[in-house]
Amino acid sequence: MADAVLHHPEAQVYESPLFGTYSKKLGMWLFILSDSLTFGALLFAYSYARISNPAWPTPFGSHSIVNATIMTGFLLSSSLTMVLAVSAASRGLKKAVTGWLLATMFFGAGFVVLHAMEWNGLQREGLWPISLMLGDKAPAEGTFVHAIPQFGGTFVALTGMHMLHVTIGVIYLGVVALRKKWLPVLVVLWALAFFLTPSSSPFHYGSFAILIAAAICAIILFLKPKDYTPDDVEVAGLYWHFVDLVWMFIFPLVYLMSTRIQ
Amino acid sequence: MNEETTTAQVMEAHTHHGHAQFLYVWGALLVLTGVEVFLAYQNLQPVKMLSILLVLSFVKAALIIGYFMHMKFEIARMRWVLMTALVICLGLMSMFFADAARILSIGVRQ
Repeated sequence: MADAVLHHPEAQVYESPLFGTYSKKLGMWLFILSDSLTFGALLFAYSYARISNPAWPTPFGSHSIVNATIMTGFLLSSSLTMVLAVSAASRGLKKAVTGWLLATMFFGAGFVVLHAMEWNGLQREGLWPISLMLGDKAPAEGTFVHAIPQFGGTFVALTGMHMLHVTIGVIYLGVVALRKKWLPVLVVLWALAFFLTPSSSPFHYGSFAILIAAAICAIILFLKPKDYTPDDVEVAGLYWHFVDLVWMFIFPLVYLMSTRIQ
Repeated sequence: MNEETTTAQVMEAHTHHGHAQFLYVWGALLVLTGVEVFLAYQNLQPVKMLSILLVLSFVKAALIIGYFMHMKFEIARMRWVLMTALVICLGLMSMFFADAARILSIGVRQ
C-alpha cells in the first residue's frame, strides 16, 4: 500500500505512509533488524566464552591482522561504491549503476577470498569444528585449540555466518546488476570452486552455497524477469551496508582483541 | 524531515550533499580503522582496550547507518522505531554477561 501511495500520480489524495517510505525498503529494514539479532547472539556467545575463559588464545599474528585490515578496507570501499551506485540509480544513470555495482561485487569477492585464505591458515593449526569432533584429526595437546575448544566453535560460527552473508550479498548484487547474464557466471564460479580446490578447503564448501544460490537466482530471474528500479538498488544497498556494519564489530572484538604481540 | 517526505525527496536530500560527503565518511571510517589497528599494538589493559574499541565501533556504525544507509535522511518516526528496537533487543542480551562473570568468580563444577 505504501508503494501505491508513493508512486501514485495523485499521491496527495492518499494519507502519507506511516514511515514515509516504500514497503520494500521497510521490509529490508525489518530483515536487517532480525539479522542483527542473529549476529548479536553470535557476538554475545563469543564474548561469553571469552569472559569465562581467562586463558583465551591470541592466535592472530601480524600477518592475520594485516590481512583482516585489508579485508576491512575492502568492505568499507565496497560500501562507498554501493552508495555511489544508489546515487547513480536515483539519477537514472543505468551504465554507472552497473559499473558501481560490479565494483562493489569486486571488493566483496576480494573480501571472501582473503577471508577463506585466512581460514585455510587457521585450519592448518587445527582450528576447525569438525576436526575438534573427529578423534583422528583432533588437535594436539598443548595447542590453544585443544585447551580452549570454544574459540574455534565461536570464531568459525561468527565469521562463517558473516562470510555467508557477504557471499549472498555479492550474488544478490550480481542479480541486480547483470540479471540473467549473471547465471552462467555463477555456474562457472561454482565449477572453479568445486573442481579446482581440495575437499577440505573453505572454497570447496563455498561452492555448494554458490550452486544453491544459482538455482534460487534462476528461479527468481525466470519466474519474475524485470528491470530493477532505483528502489531495488537502494534496498540491495541497505543489505550490503549491513554486512559491512557487522564487520565493524567483528574486526575489533575478534581480531584486534586477540592480537598476538611478539 | 517532516512526515510528508517521499522516497524521491529522501534521495534528493541525500544526493544534494554530493559525493564529497560519501568520500568524507569513507575516509573517516578508514582513519578510525587505522586508529583501532594502532591501538591493538599498544599493550593496553584489556578492559580499557575493549572500551575504546567499542566506542570507535559505535561511531563507525553510526556513520554507516546515518550516511550510507540514509537513516539520517529518513523521517523521525522511522529513525526512532528502528533504532530503539535494535538497541533494546541487543541490550537485553547483555544480561548473559553476568553469568559469564559468575563462572570467572566461582569457577565451574568439574
